[in-house]
Amino acid sequence: MMIFFMSYILPLLIIFLQSALVLLAVLLMAYFGIYADRKIWAAVQLRRGPNVVGPFGLLQSAADLLKLLFKEIIIPEKANKMIFILGPIVTCFVALSSWAVIPFADGWVVADINVGILYIFAVSSLGVYGIIMGGWASNSKYPFMGAMRSAAQMVSYEVSIGFVIITVLLCVGSLNLSEIVNAQKNIWFIFPLFPMFIVFFVSALAETNRPPFDLPEAEAELVAGYQTEYSSSLFMLYFLGELAATFLMCAMITILFLGGWLPPFNIFPFILVPGIVWFFLKMAFIFYLFSMVKALVPRYRYDQLMRLGWKVFLPISLACVVLTSSFLLFFNIAP
Amino acid sequence: MFPALLFYIFSLSIIASALMVIFSKQPINSVLFLIFSFINASGLFLLAGAEFLALIIVIVYVGAVAVLFLFVIMMLDFNPDNIKEETKKYLPIGLMVGGVLFFEIILMMYSPELFSKDFQIIGRIVETDLTNTEILGNLIYTEYFLQFQMAGFILLVAMIGAIVLTLRHRDYVRRQVISDQISRDSSTSIELIDINLKTRESKK
Repeated sequence: MMIFFMSYILPLLIIFLQSALVLLAVLLMAYFGIYADRKIWAAVQLRRGPNVVGPFGLLQSAADLLKLLFKEIIIPEKANKMIFILGPIVTCFVALSSWAVIPFADGWVVADINVGILYIFAVSSLGVYGIIMGGWASNSKYPFMGAMRSAAQMVSYEVSIGFVIITVLLCVGSLNLSEIVNAQKNIWFIFPLFPMFIVFFVSALAETNRPPFDLPEAEAELVAGYQTEYSSSLFMLYFLGELAATFLMCAMITILFLGGWLPPFNIFPFILVPGIVWFFLKMAFIFYLFSMVKALVPRYRYDQLMRLGWKVFLPISLACVVLTSSFLLFFNIAP
Repeated sequence: MFPALLFYIFSLSIIASALMVIFSKQPINSVLFLIFSFINASGLFLLAGAEFLALIIVIVYVGAVAVLFLFVIMMLDFNPDNIKEETKKYLPIGLMVGGVLFFEIILMMYSPELFSKDFQIIGRIVETDLTNTEILGNLIYTEYFLQFQMAGFILLVAMIGAIVLTLRHRDYVRRQVISDQISRDSSTSIELIDINLKTRESKK
């Protein structure tokens, strides 16, 4: 019995606790992410932003959460109920499960698998399903067309994200996320691969439906998107999934280009700060950039979005894969 | 014990969802069950220690191929009334294809006993410290390079063919030409026209 407990139950419990901790961190990030997003947006427009509920409006997100939870869930009569409910759950589940392989600091990772980055890529490519299912199951024209739009958008930008990841992997020689970070000990990849950073940044915005690519939120001109028929906690799940995916993209940029938990300079005052603080600082900085883009750039039209994805980013990233690999091969510095 | 348990969970889910693909009345449910069985198949690959293949299955089949299935089926106007007639029409072909596949699998399982060594399917066990991905890369880009390139070219031809079949240049579609927009200035976009108002009024 003791052996059984030690070899099966205890590891399971530890994994469970670790996952719960990571989930808690992600939810906290989402909580303060909304608040920071609204505050930054407001500051750019010379407004105050949320400032009524709690000190400095810090409890505004909690109030919104309660409001969303206690509203009635309205399911359209002719909707396919099963898939209608499954859609947001899939989106949220997929966005949260990617966090299992993110290394927050040296060795601080729930699942340190060899193909970590492939895992993230695979799981986030499932995010499309939540959107298509939600749009279709609503049994209404506008959500369906919105789902088609968003699905096409996500699939297109996934391609260039894949190529950017390949470029980084060429410089690392491993698919393990911790090794990707360790490979940046000498120089962060943002410096040699700066164009790729830009491509990845913009593609990340498009992939997570952030502004200026937030067509599902264009309720005035496009009757919003796949979540038009959703209300209450189902809508909240979509919202949460989107936020978790946004933070996942921040974490990905931090790991791929900004050296993860590594300090900016490997000298005295910087190495005292623990790695996890650097990680969250970098993520917060990337999220700040996301919010600034939201505040500064007007929304793209759908054909412009597709053009940018297929005619600009795809050729650039493809050329960069070829260039990087030839460069590494020519100077014989491939890992 | 734990891996064995997982194995039975994955394989039972595959069989159950594969049966549901055939027997569910809504085609949309069929596709969703198909996706579920793909995911479980990748779970089986994970159990076998082939983590690269497992994730590639998720990326390619679930993330790309099945999305297209879902798109097509969602856009089809499906009539559930005549499903029995349709099933009857396609039953012989389906049975035939299924029978051939089943026969082939049986043949593969018993190939060591049936054939001489030259025709056997050889699985190689590689014992190194290398990861899955590195072993596969080493094999594909050295020993099986020609086959790999050929497969790539076939896919390329298929892609170009699909584009050629569907590409139509319609003249009435208005397109945005960014370079034209940027190269506009006041001399090309503003035009001054003299209108002789008096002659117009006199014509009236």
